[in-house]
Amino acid sequence: MLKDARPALVLLFSLSIVTGGLYPALITGVAQSVFPVQANGSLLESGGKVVGSRLIGQPFSGSQYFWGRPSATAPMPYNAAASAGSNLGPLNPALEQAVKERIAALKASNPEQQAPIPVDLVTASASGLDPHISVAAALWQVSRIARERHMSEDKLNELVARYTEGRAWGILGEPRVNVLMLNLELDKHHG
Amino acid sequence: MTTNAYLQLGLYFAVLFALSWPLGVYMARVYQGNIPLFMRWLRPLESGLCKLSGVSEDDRMSWKRYALALLLFNLLGLLVVYTLQRLQGILPLNPDGLVGVAPDSAFNTAISFASNTNWQGYGGETTMSYLTQMLGLTVQNFLSAATGMAVLIALVRGFVSKEAGDLGNFWVDMLRSVLYILLPLSLVLAIVLVSQGVVQSVSAHHTVALVEQADVQQSIAVGPAASQIAIKQLGTNGGGFFNVNSAHPLENPTPLTNFLEMLAILLIPSALCVTFGVLVGDRRQGVVILSSMTILLVVLLAGCVWAEQSGNPLFERLGLDTQASELQAGGNMEGKETRFGIVNSALWATATTAASNGSVNSMHDSYTPLGGLVPMWLMQLGEVVFGGVGSGLYGMLVFALVAVFVAGLMIGRTPEYLGKKIEAFEMKMAAVAILTPPLMVLLGTALAVTLEAGRAGIANPGAHGFSEVLYAFSSAGNNNGSAFAGLSANTPFYNTLLGFAMLFARYWVIIPVLAIAGSLAAKKTIQPGAGTLPTHTLLFVLLLAGTVIVVGALTFLPALALGPVVEHLQM
Repeated sequence: MLKDARPALVLLFSLSIVTGGLYPALITGVAQSVFPVQANGSLLESGGKVVGSRLIGQPFSGSQYFWGRPSATAPMPYNAAASAGSNLGPLNPALEQAVKERIAALKASNPEQQAPIPVDLVTASASGLDPHISVAAALWQVSRIARERHMSEDKLNELVARYTEGRAWGILGEPRVNVLMLNLELDKHHG
Repeated sequence: MTTNAYLQLGLYFAVLFALSWPLGVYMARVYQGNIPLFMRWLRPLESGLCKLSGVSEDDRMSWKRYALALLLFNLLGLLVVYTLQRLQGILPLNPDGLVGVAPDSAFNTAISFASNTNWQGYGGETTMSYLTQMLGLTVQNFLSAATGMAVLIALVRGFVSKEAGDLGNFWVDMLRSVLYILLPLSLVLAIVLVSQGVVQSVSAHHTVALVEQADVQQSIAVGPAASQIAIKQLGTNGGGFFNVNSAHPLENPTPLTNFLEMLAILLIPSALCVTFGVLVGDRRQGVVILSSMTILLVVLLAGCVWAEQSGNPLFERLGLDTQASELQAGGNMEGKETRFGIVNSALWATATTAASNGSVNSMHDSYTPLGGLVPMWLMQLGEVVFGGVGSGLYGMLVFALVAVFVAGLMIGRTPEYLGKKIEAFEMKMAAVAILTPPLMVLLGTALAVTLEAGRAGIANPGAHGFSEVLYAFSSAGNNNGSAFAGLSANTPFYNTLLGFAMLFARYWVIIPVLAIAGSLAAKKTIQPGAGTLPTHTLLFVLLLAGTVIVVGALTFLPALALGPVVEHLQM
């Protein structure tokens, strides 16, 4: 026992320095010098001012904007200081209640849209910060934006296509639309 | 399933196995002390640390000394993590001014990270300072993983040694695991993750004004995440930097990072099967184990993808569009991220609970009853389907002993495995190793649902609430760490009870496994005879998988019936 006390102490100390000090420091150094944008949260600038992160969603509720996934973070949605999912079970009455309210809100602001609502538009994301919606969820909202911004649906469909990120290598992940980037584009060129 | 689903899953397994082979061979050389040329530049670091700590490879340990050294090392590590958490408020690298962690939570977290469980009762970005994350949690991510790998190597030496009284040197095995395997892989993975958008900085939160409501600020938590995520995945630790773990866009921003992080979950457990084959001198033995694991994983994976893609009948009743297409993932999207959809969420959930990783990229609590049953049962199987680094394979080898024992009873011969007779002592120890985790799970669950303090944490009503508790103890009692996260587990009651479950489940498997190793090492090797059950055949693949399933099913079916099964019938 005593014989192994020295390696226990010395190795714990030295490996703490290596794996808990040098290793993260080295990664931080490389990250900050080679990938400074990514390492600092992929922040977006517009007019010299930071307007958000490409990877972190923001809440949108005005009818002139595309809406993102519902967010379950507290105390307000899209709280990027405390990520959280809803953790509602599939049979929880609170889930049914929440989804019904979201459906009602979407139908009220999209009276012209008769197609069924894509499921991701009324279900809370895992992180509460999901920057994306499905392509179907973006297209579903096009008629509303067209009306509010006096734009043609064709033009909007084209914008949705431009901000659609496909599967990596055509295989991995799901096709999706970055809501914040798309809305920034709308404000910038189609205000 | 869509064609793309088959493509994604197929690509995952193809790349996993393609990488496992060379890595497995490489690891075998590392543990034999025959470091390949391209890594020999690390030799001076190894010998320097050995000299500094007075360790010599020739100082060979009996199983008892091996176990004591391991326990002492893990205990000291645990104390460091506890102390760092308690004192973080007055320590540096705390730009957001987080206060010291409460004693019960710090106790739970210290055990959790030292035991390679990484159960998290706390939310990372709101609780742990950067110093605690790096010097406490990241360090234990490495050391607990290396501990598991060392135990595995000791067990393999038990099979290989002929009438020897020792299992090698714990310090050397542990040190080599860190320096030659975990550290280089983590360095590469961390850099690739950063290039894709995983954050790595030591600055405080960023604050930005919202686009739609310019007077409202969004505070974006960042931190040294990439370095921790790389090892959390590779070491089957799973403890997230942020509260929602790898569902967080800054922890897992793209399908590519998701693919790499999922690969990292199963890579070392899978490659260790190859290492095992090389070390015992018959690669087919490793392939057999890997095949049994893969069969179990693929069947359960298919079930999980099917359940989640079929979705929640509620959504169809409400007239939503849940059909998978090139425009949307469809299915049960509650608690899932758009970029991952159904396939990558279900694959992750299955892989992370097959391995004792426990990181998540979707919220398991919101899975359909059968979709959630898959990860829960994978943990209850004892974390041997790939399992934790080292721990998965040593757990599976214990099941292999049981399998040859059962087969031996059937044909009336003394069972043997890899040339060693399996006798009463090994079987007693195997029983302790296999029964301790279920004991923790079932006793803990029973206690929690009986007591007011336990029921108070339940978030969802009905059978799902019971599933939350059962899931928590399945996770802690098998050192996984994933959660049905609705359960409010950051209370003195759960922190204490789950803490002890993690502690017993980890070390009351390790100690009997090392005892088996010591006993086997002392035996002489016998040549296979006419009555020997060959263990490199398809028959043994099925026998092994069957043993795991029978033990797991017999132990947990009644409990599962009260949770996910009832809930499914209510849908």
